[in-house]
Amino acid sequence: MPFIPHTDTDVREMLAAIGADSIETLFDEIPAALRVDGLNAIPPAVGEMEITRLMEARAAQDVMGLNFIGAGAYEHHIPAAVWQIVTRGEFYSAYTPYQAEASQGTLQVIYEYQSMMAGLTGLPISNASLYDGASALSEAVLMAVRANRRSKSQRVLMPLTVHPAYRSVTRSIVASQGIEIVDVPFDPATGRVDPAALEAFAGEDITALVIPQPNFFGVLEEVDALTDWAHANGAQAIGVVNPVSLALLTPPGAWGRQGVDMVVGDGQPLGAPLSSGGPYFGFLCCRKEHVRQMPGRIVGRTVDADGRPGFVLTLQAREQHIRRSKATSNICTNQGLVVTAATIHMALLGPEGLERVAGACVEGCGSLVARLRERGFEIPFTDERFHEFVLRVGVDGEALLERMAAAGVLGGHALGRDYPELSDAILVCVTETKTAADLDRYVAVLEQARADLAG
Amino acid sequence: MLIFERSRPGRRTPSQAPAGRADVAALPERFRRRRPAPLPEVSELDVVRHYTRLSQKNFSIDTHFYPLGSCTMKYNPRVCNSLAMLPGFLRRHPHAPESVSQGFLSCMFELQEMLKDVTGMQAVSLTPMAGAQGEFAGVAMIHAYHKARGDEGRTEILVPDAAHGTNPATATMCGYAVREIPTDASGDVDMEALKAAVGPATAGIMLTNPSTLGVFERRIHEIAQVVHDAGGLLYYDGANLNAILGKVRPGDMGFDVIHMNLHKTFSTPHGGGGPGAGAVGVSERLKPFLPIPVVGQEGERYRWLTERDLPQSIGRLSAFAGNAGVLLRAYVYMRLLGREGMPKVADYSTLNANYVMARLRSLGYDLAFPERRATHEFIVTLRRQAKEQGVTAMDVAKRLLDYGFHAPTTYFPLLVPECLLIEPTETESKETLDAYVEAMAKILEEAAAEPGKVKGAPYTQPNRRFDEVRAARELDVAWQPEAC
Repeated sequence: MPFIPHTDTDVREMLAAIGADSIETLFDEIPAALRVDGLNAIPPAVGEMEITRLMEARAAQDVMGLNFIGAGAYEHHIPAAVWQIVTRGEFYSAYTPYQAEASQGTLQVIYEYQSMMAGLTGLPISNASLYDGASALSEAVLMAVRANRRSKSQRVLMPLTVHPAYRSVTRSIVASQGIEIVDVPFDPATGRVDPAALEAFAGEDITALVIPQPNFFGVLEEVDALTDWAHANGAQAIGVVNPVSLALLTPPGAWGRQGVDMVVGDGQPLGAPLSSGGPYFGFLCCRKEHVRQMPGRIVGRTVDADGRPGFVLTLQAREQHIRRSKATSNICTNQGLVVTAATIHMALLGPEGLERVAGACVEGCGSLVARLRERGFEIPFTDERFHEFVLRVGVDGEALLERMAAAGVLGGHALGRDYPELSDAILVCVTETKTAADLDRYVAVLEQARADLAG
Repeated sequence: MLIFERSRPGRRTPSQAPAGRADVAALPERFRRRRPAPLPEVSELDVVRHYTRLSQKNFSIDTHFYPLGSCTMKYNPRVCNSLAMLPGFLRRHPHAPESVSQGFLSCMFELQEMLKDVTGMQAVSLTPMAGAQGEFAGVAMIHAYHKARGDEGRTEILVPDAAHGTNPATATMCGYAVREIPTDASGDVDMEALKAAVGPATAGIMLTNPSTLGVFERRIHEIAQVVHDAGGLLYYDGANLNAILGKVRPGDMGFDVIHMNLHKTFSTPHGGGGPGAGAVGVSERLKPFLPIPVVGQEGERYRWLTERDLPQSIGRLSAFAGNAGVLLRAYVYMRLLGREGMPKVADYSTLNANYVMARLRSLGYDLAFPERRATHEFIVTLRRQAKEQGVTAMDVAKRLLDYGFHAPTTYFPLLVPECLLIEPTETESKETLDAYVEAMAKILEEAAAEPGKVKGAPYTQPNRRFDEVRAARELDVAWQPEAC
């Protein structure tokens, strides 16, 4: 049997030590009427050779072509060293560092990760990570409700420029806790939060304002003004950011006069492959005064009985295994392995490397926008953006993307499902992975697909 | 030494980043960072050596016996990792059209079908990203079910006092009040207390079976009946599925919803604390509320089912579709075991647990429930040693590290004083178990002869015991650039 080492002799000796006459005897506390008689939907066992052949065939079936889809998951170069180290058994097959003395590797990695995230975001406290960016936003909303003791309304302003799936996940998670998520529309001219729409809430009891940077359309929001607006109105400011962009952009800890209260995002661009949407990780950083409201694990540096420095899980009194129904969250894992990848990835790129990646994204994106404008395409909203843009294609976005995929180019993400007014528009992403020739090919395939559809 | 302390200004890894600086003139000054991010400046070899050395400071399944109770630290087959990391799977964008995603979707569909079979449930969603999120999905579905029926007076979730801490925390997150149900002397749910607690306010009960006490809840059928008769639903915490695979199914026990920790029973890696995967399965009546997306089959094509197909869904729990890479690993594992392998997992994990339990008992360790069979795990209590020798469960746990074994789970479940929750798993050989028992025997001798030695452990690790109070009081959670 796979992965079971027992010989017949072992079994005999073990049963003798137990005083049982068969393995079956060990199940005698399970009522007989409940016993199941065979599993039918599970196929018979296969060997490693057969499963390898099967999986290789299935992986080969999904030909991705040249990818210009972003929308929350971004294709970046990942150094070979990252996953070779991450999949070492000592990282891969360890568990939560409950026994700190025997887990200093994992604990130090998390401490270094927390340090790097604090440096990128400009906020002093990072937790050890959450599941993904969307669930991290939900946790930040819950955290803001706990932290903002002056606000009684539990109303959170959520711009429509925040990733639609993040909004949807946040609603799923906070729905039953009496928290009201209020949409804030965007200005159709700029693609930014509509300042007039926001101003309509001035003076009301608002618990928090969510501020995306860049926003879902790739557009840069006026984050200083939004952060200051939130604080002037007694609301917590929650940033939602792309971590790679922070190599170039103002850290959320420095937005406006005071900086945001907390910031979240998806860590995927820092070394996690696209991998059909996961595993990624969510990051959450906050100001020092909010640390006790932080959900999830946190690693701290301390000393041992001999005075030597080392690392432990700390502030565990916030967590479910201690506080049970009064915990800050039910979360008990972090995305340890992916965080390990991100830490190694950031160390390998360094400040300049990461800045070059972010810069190449900005430049490549601008370059594709210029090519498309030359060909007469309409690109709405402001040109102040990071690495994504909205492209009006004049035909149904989903149909166009199917055509482009058939020609070997994943042309972007259709916007019609989430923004009916943008059903003839797609969201396009360019990262450092795209060459000038790739951009030319994009334009050619796009024009052909559009012509085919129009004709 | 921290990676930051290896940093030298100007040290680079040029092959890892685009050559030359890009033209970012289009980016207005007001959005720009003023100083570079404080990341380390190190060479590729520095990085490889630093993190390789850090990895060597970990205990792991690949290097050590790791009998952490309720965590199912079984061997993670290498092939599960290498096949989930085939380039075709790694490069697939979550929004890639279904027309170029049939290979991936077929794996996910078949995984759903296999999980339905092994749990006896009617439908499965793979999207929850960890056990706690699966729990959340489960209780949110219970909430949605009562609400859809206009049955809004149900405000309580019943949770046995032996439950994982996530259970009450989850119920709170779903807007419920938590009512604890005590355990009787033999480790089963106290039926009289349960009967007294159920009523029109009962939305449901969250149960683990085998329970966290390491025993099978024998009156599960009666519990199901009592809760169902009161109009409540049954939630199964699938943290502990290993000992019942192919033997008994939560669906047949009467549960309405279950979450499965694929990183336990189905051997996806624990990864130093994640990522996990917490798929949920439901009975017929909860099907409409499953979290989206789910993979559906139409003829020979697979497609995502979303809010259009499941308008009553509790919604999305992740930005895309959960921890896909983890799900692929679980798929490969289940195919390798096959239908005949599932009950063998239960057989041998139960055999190993009962064997270690019998051996420890004969050494003189006290069992929490000496009259019961072990399931996949069992509990030793050091109450007597703590009282007589001052040697606690934590001391024994730390001393085990010196003997080259990871400690069992300590101080959980909370209702057994000075407890060790021991789960050997089916992938450990008799020789390993015997070596572990031998270490436990030596520790017992040491506890009697020189308790100070046990209380001062560990001695062989990179660090001795830590000052945890200082860690919390003088909070140092990030390296500070100006500090060096």
